[in-house]
Amino acid sequence: MGDFGKNAEAALASAKLRGNLRRAMDGLMAKRGAQFADADEWSRLRALGTNVRRRSLARLPELLRKLEETCTANAIQVHWAETPAEANQVVLDILRRNGAETVVKGKSMVSEEMHLNGYLEENGVEILETDLGEYVIQLAGETPSHIIMPCIHKNRDEIAKLFEDKIEGAAYTEDPAELTEIARKALRRRFAEAGAGVTGVNFAVAETGTLCLVENEGNGRMSTTLPPVHIAVMGIEKVVESLEDVAPLLSLLTRSATGQGITTYVNMISSPRRADDRDGPREVHLILLDNGRSSIHADADLRPTLQCIRCGACMNHCPVYSRVGGHAYSSVYPGPIGKILMPQISGFACYGDLPGASSLCGACVDVCPVKVPITDILVQLRARLEKTKGLSLGSVAWTGWKIMHASPGLYRLVTRVLGLVGGLIPRCAPLLRAWTRVRAKPRFAPKSLHRLAREGGFDHE
Amino acid sequence: MAGRTYPAKPEAVYFFGTCLVDLFYPQAGLSGMKLLRREGLRVVFPKGQTCCGQPAYNNGRFADARAVARQQLRLFPKPIPVVLPSGSCAGMMRKHYPDLFAGTPDEAAARDISERVFELSEFLVHVLKADFTDLGAPVKVAWHGSCHSQREMGVREEPKTLLRGLANVELVELERERECCGFGGTFSVKEPAVSAAMVADKTADIGNTGAETVVSGDCGCLMNITGALEKQQSPVCGRHIAEFLWERTDG
Repeated sequence: MGDFGKNAEAALASAKLRGNLRRAMDGLMAKRGAQFADADEWSRLRALGTNVRRRSLARLPELLRKLEETCTANAIQVHWAETPAEANQVVLDILRRNGAETVVKGKSMVSEEMHLNGYLEENGVEILETDLGEYVIQLAGETPSHIIMPCIHKNRDEIAKLFEDKIEGAAYTEDPAELTEIARKALRRRFAEAGAGVTGVNFAVAETGTLCLVENEGNGRMSTTLPPVHIAVMGIEKVVESLEDVAPLLSLLTRSATGQGITTYVNMISSPRRADDRDGPREVHLILLDNGRSSIHADADLRPTLQCIRCGACMNHCPVYSRVGGHAYSSVYPGPIGKILMPQISGFACYGDLPGASSLCGACVDVCPVKVPITDILVQLRARLEKTKGLSLGSVAWTGWKIMHASPGLYRLVTRVLGLVGGLIPRCAPLLRAWTRVRAKPRFAPKSLHRLAREGGFDHE
Repeated sequence: MAGRTYPAKPEAVYFFGTCLVDLFYPQAGLSGMKLLRREGLRVVFPKGQTCCGQPAYNNGRFADARAVARQQLRLFPKPIPVVLPSGSCAGMMRKHYPDLFAGTPDEAAARDISERVFELSEFLVHVLKADFTDLGAPVKVAWHGSCHSQREMGVREEPKTLLRGLANVELVELERERECCGFGGTFSVKEPAVSAAMVADKTADIGNTGAETVVSGDCGCLMNITGALEKQQSPVCGRHIAEFLWERTDG
């Protein structure tokens, strides 16, 4: 089981982290809110996008076969990987075959799922993150704390200090433009030197064999066009049927994620360099990673998890995430989507604590552009987790609770007793100890509503 | 809520008090019943009522939730509205009962009740079109709507409409009105640190408004918020909306 509670407590103790997060999340919420100010347009587009995702998942095996067929026809080499280890092996094999010793990488959460950087480094391949946020994280030796803005937990002076320490010749500056310029200079020549580029995929189009990739910095475009080999890694759920399906999803994705009508770059990759192309890689590879997705797909209650388009709006609006940040989850995907996804792809043994770490407030469900029923899935996962547990103090307590509340006579007797002596329950009793850390003890009423209703002359049938 | 069709004013209603009100806030329940009676309704309080089953349901204990919820299904045989002084428990009955009993012999009863369930403030506004005469002293209040009231029942404006209708009440809005207070049932004790941070922010938000009273429609939130206010020795007090309305309008 993970350490969410402990990590959260540590994160909450940092006023700086809380300030950074709150400011950042407030900004993101405001930008998204401005994009969807027209409630009718939002609900229409959202319904459209949700239908696209549901339809794609309903036909997932068929669309994946079609994608393989069209990509292959486009000379994109398709590889299937059941596990992250298999996917890593495929990447390494491609790099070895091409003699690539350095890799530039565009932002990809699936590559995080694979822990690709660590794997390649262990195998003597140098891999460089080229998305600015990811670059910062790599320099700091950390993991992303947000799926869209990986270093959102850091503020300007932390990044300034990091650049000064880690980048040769970089002078301390807190000016965002200057910081970007330092990173740009450090990264630019590396694109040209790299033996391969690795990126993720936002959507893959089955009918046309097209890989869509959105980004704002041009590093994705460079990673997919300058090196001689481009390797795209993708979760199998990201396939859609047609280019028409991409339009609503693209709009929902960028507006929900960063509050942008469209990103600066929208890459549509449909083949390696053709004879008459002036640039582009010699080889394009697509690695389709399962990593538990087929099992999720086969489970009707959990399948909607796969509708997610990874916009991150759920975490931006989450009262838990916005207070503790992504690292508290000790997971690849943090926030509400992480709470439902991680236990499903990596198991309850590691992530069994995440489904419980929610007040079920539903703020995430309100803003999800493809209507992933996150709270319902959280409850569903809590139920699955309960089934794995044997007899415990908790299960005995719940059985007692059930017997009491399923027997009205017993219930009235117990509530009457509690009304008389409930106040004597000490503060250190189970549950009350946690409750009274920051709250006064609840007071049992001397007379229950049952009694007041009877005394008040109400029909008491 | 927007989109829900409300019935004409009935002659009688059932009142489901909820376990939290029964044990800790009976005056809120009693006030709700008196408000309904004063509007000319016969209010029936079924004796066998205990709890809607939500605590077990939210913890993934579906069988336990069903056993307790099944006990409630029998209590409302007549085709009249069921009114609750809680958006959260109302949400449980309205949104989750049909799923909880899907494929069981009780499915039809669960669906029937889910159609008849109303949160108190939405019932007062949309069905009874209640118009209150404020007899209280001038007071500044803040409103906190529960997450489930807002998101499962779609009740957002109704309680504020009722508060704004009181001549001597100044309603001030919280900066983060729609943000969870950190209660979340067992969440408050399972993740005490996060819950504590959430309620600390909520009470600070309330404090910043200068309100003397925070009014809510759900006793879970109230217990959390007023518990924290009390521990902080804040002068701000909390009231359930039913009790608040009754206190100010009872001649």
